[in-house]
Amino acid sequence: MNNKITVSCTKKNLKQIRDFVTEYLAGYKLTDILMNQIVLAVDEICANLIIHANQEDPSKSISMAITEKSGMLKFEITDNGVAFRRSEYKEPNIEEHIRIGKKGGVGIALVNRIMDRVEFESDDRQNTCLLYKKIK
Amino acid sequence: MKITNQIKDTTIIITLDGELDASSSVMLDEALSDPEIMTYSKILVDCKDLNYISSAGLGVFISHLQRFEDAQIKLIFYNMQDKVRNVFEILGLDLLMTIVSDYEEAMTIADE
Repeated sequence: MNNKITVSCTKKNLKQIRDFVTEYLAGYKLTDILMNQIVLAVDEICANLIIHANQEDPSKSISMAITEKSGMLKFEITDNGVAFRRSEYKEPNIEEHIRIGKKGGVGIALVNRIMDRVEFESDDRQNTCLLYKKIK
Repeated sequence: MKITNQIKDTTIIITLDGELDASSSVMLDEALSDPEIMTYSKILVDCKDLNYISSAGLGVFISHLQRFEDAQIKLIFYNMQDKVRNVFEILGLDLLMTIVSDYEEAMTIADE
């Protein structure tokens, strides 16, 4: 099964990434809700990489590889943009967002709540985001 | 993403059809930013054919909610698919926004 995809950094390609994840997971007989959660978590990370790390520059790209071992799904998403600084990340206060009319900033909270493990690594060459989800 | 509006007296019914992601949520933001929307007393959002919502879509509703509340405009979601409702629930938004099962219930609440 094809487990790798590379897309250029435009928001329009998020649909392609979601379809790819859905197709990969089709054989695992997940519930609608679990399938949607996993697709969402991947979509949120890819949207952040495309919009924030790579400024929607279509000459740049992000890549993802999906693997499954002993019921643990692993998503490895790589790019060459600006690295995510986890130390600067703060969990959002949704009621405050509503009060001030803030539009963004809840995507990573969704990812953290959906996935079992979320890791960010960077070296001179590239940034890697690793998402893990136990499905069996 | 297809967004259609239907007007019934002082109520505007917004029907969402498709997927609300970082790309398509711009359309929804434009629709909710239209000054005309502030002339209605109720905004009903029909989510029957909303198959997906990401944080960008949620963020559009989050960013307009207070403005509607300040103007005493009720924002009510109905016909929401379980998987979409689940995304609202993960962030606790189901407790901060009004989500009901169907059109009849939405109209009843809207008339209160």
